[in-house]
Amino acid sequence: MGSSEQDRVWAETQASPEFQDLKRKFRGFAFPLTIAFLAWYFLYVILTAFAREWIATPVIGNINIALVLGLLQFVSTFLIMWLYERHSSKHLDAASEKIRDQVDKELAK
Amino acid sequence: MSSSTLSTILFAVFVAFTLVLVFRAGRSTKKSSDFYDGGGSFSGFQNGLAIAGDYMSAASFLGIAGTIALFGYDGFLYSIGFLVAWLVALLLIAEPLRNSGRFTMGDVLAFRMKQRPVRGAAATSTLVVSVFYLMAQMVGAGALVSLLLGISDPGAKSWIIGGVGILMIVYVTVGGMKGTTYVQIVKAFLLMIGAILMTFMVLWTFHFNISDLLGAAANNSGKHEAFLQPGLKFGKEMLDPATGLVDAGKTLISKLDLLSLGMALVLGTAGLPHILIRFYTVPTAKAARKSVNWAIGNIGAFYLMTIALGFGAAALLSRTNLFRGYKVDVTGCLMDAKGAAIVDGSVNCTTLENVANLSADAKKLLVPVDPSGNVAAPQLAEFLGGGAGTTGGAIMLAVIGAIAFATILAVVAGLTLASSSSFAHDLYANVIKRGKASPEQEVRVAKISAIVIGLISIVLAIGAQGMNVAFLVAIAFAIAASGNLPAVLYSLFWKKFNTRGAVWAIYGGLAAALILLVFSPNVTGAETSLLKLSEVGYRFDFFPLSNPGIVSIPLGFFFGWLGTVTSNERNVQKYAELEVRSMTGAAIGKAAVH
Repeated sequence: MGSSEQDRVWAETQASPEFQDLKRKFRGFAFPLTIAFLAWYFLYVILTAFAREWIATPVIGNINIALVLGLLQFVSTFLIMWLYERHSSKHLDAASEKIRDQVDKELAK
Repeated sequence: MSSSTLSTILFAVFVAFTLVLVFRAGRSTKKSSDFYDGGGSFSGFQNGLAIAGDYMSAASFLGIAGTIALFGYDGFLYSIGFLVAWLVALLLIAEPLRNSGRFTMGDVLAFRMKQRPVRGAAATSTLVVSVFYLMAQMVGAGALVSLLLGISDPGAKSWIIGGVGILMIVYVTVGGMKGTTYVQIVKAFLLMIGAILMTFMVLWTFHFNISDLLGAAANNSGKHEAFLQPGLKFGKEMLDPATGLVDAGKTLISKLDLLSLGMALVLGTAGLPHILIRFYTVPTAKAARKSVNWAIGNIGAFYLMTIALGFGAAALLSRTNLFRGYKVDVTGCLMDAKGAAIVDGSVNCTTLENVANLSADAKKLLVPVDPSGNVAAPQLAEFLGGGAGTTGGAIMLAVIGAIAFATILAVVAGLTLASSSSFAHDLYANVIKRGKASPEQEVRVAKISAIVIGLISIVLAIGAQGMNVAFLVAIAFAIAASGNLPAVLYSLFWKKFNTRGAVWAIYGGLAAALILLVFSPNVTGAETSLLKLSEVGYRFDFFPLSNPGIVSIPLGFFFGWLGTVTSNERNVQKYAELEVRSMTGAAIGKAAVH
């Protein structure tokens, strides 16, 4: 298959509704989640820099808000990992494999 | 048997075992792809462990535990930044990178661009980031050796650095990506075992009551509740020396420095070339995603344990041992490498406070203790085993010391592989030979460049022995976040992005980070600078922050945007191919046709 025909396969696949749907489902999930976790992380860093008195408040025994917030960063990281894995295996993997097989078949012609 | 002998034996066992693995891997490394990506045949779980082994450097294990031991809560900020950073890699980079590249970061950047300028830029920043990171690890290795084996002679340290360098060259040239991956998996496994063992012992000591552990750490530190709050190291309240009141301007700068550090930590990881190429060692995007999941699980668990290790060291170890410059025994007398109190003429015991009174001969016997806290973890191990002088203490110290060496070795091998791959695949094959090199030539050049890069790092690291390890790592992270990350993200997701944009993003971000560092307090202007103010007498610290990220990262993104919009080059066709390939994995592992 010549290079211009290959280009046609890529362009047609890109324009196909299946691919656009896959792209929307990926970006619609990953982009807002990225903004959210970065905002949550920077909120934490800003609080450690500028809200020293509040963040020093004890919660239980010697455990203060600062430590709880830090541990919540771990919790949110694990949670986002789990959410993304669930989203991918439910909505992305099958669709992307289907398009991949179609494209690879086209290219092999 | 002393712990240094035992440590040496254990480390020799590790080296022998990994060398066997590497030589076996070398025998099955035939094609060029075997060298670059291990044949792309690792499972998500294996690669996840290898990523953890590649990522958790001496800075993570020794540095974070030490920083928490000395400064309390602030050390924990590193743990959080280094972990959250993985979400950038997971959500935006791992899968599309696996789908659209083959061997190097440059593959993805140059996908739809003019090959030579973009690959040249990618190779340059890969080499710069990796060499700074390599130096940090090897300087760390030298420091660790002197502490564990009681060697303080700079000549002996240089030999150790040289030895580490030679070993990493052997790993990479013989075993390629496959061998390096095995070394990293073994190391990740050992590091987790060591950390779990120590964490369990610390928690056992405090009857699994975290609050009691924190309380004991706060009391023993002498800082009380401030030790459990942010502010002892980062974002300090700066006082005006004349009035003793808070200086609002300086305090704001110190807090911005904290934000800047936080930014480099969270955005740097996904721009580190030695991490990016690990995604190529699995066959599919799904496996790349699984490997990041496993890596996050491992790395997250490890960083959680740094709380127990760091606060445990703060709670259980003598402050004099942690903070000051030389080792002392239980009665407070300065001791020699064999653990005996230093006898100076008629004086049988000299305390730390009187170290200056020692004669020149006696001073030669002193065992320096790294004031940056890098030995907190090994010292804690010794304590948990029963203390200095006991068999249990010697065994624990030896085990943890050997694991720390293994840690360094696995990371330097990954770095050498990343930089030699980029040199051979980006610079030699595509820039110099214009894509006309045979795979055999490429691999031969990669092996030669691994040797050259290894030797250069040995020389640089020997020269940089006095430099701060954390500073060298910070440079690597700042450059990765400022140059590589914008270029990779724009490449994958921005249709208009083009050659000029990619070149400007990489060189612009790299230059911004380096220039700001040169004019920062890291280099001149203070007693903690590279060039001490009192020694050189001049200063050019025009940029007040120690961490350049808050300025250089936005600049990297800005240069990438500016370069793109000022150039007319658009490659809609190639972007269609890139987008489809990156989202689906079609034509995976095949080079883009140009």
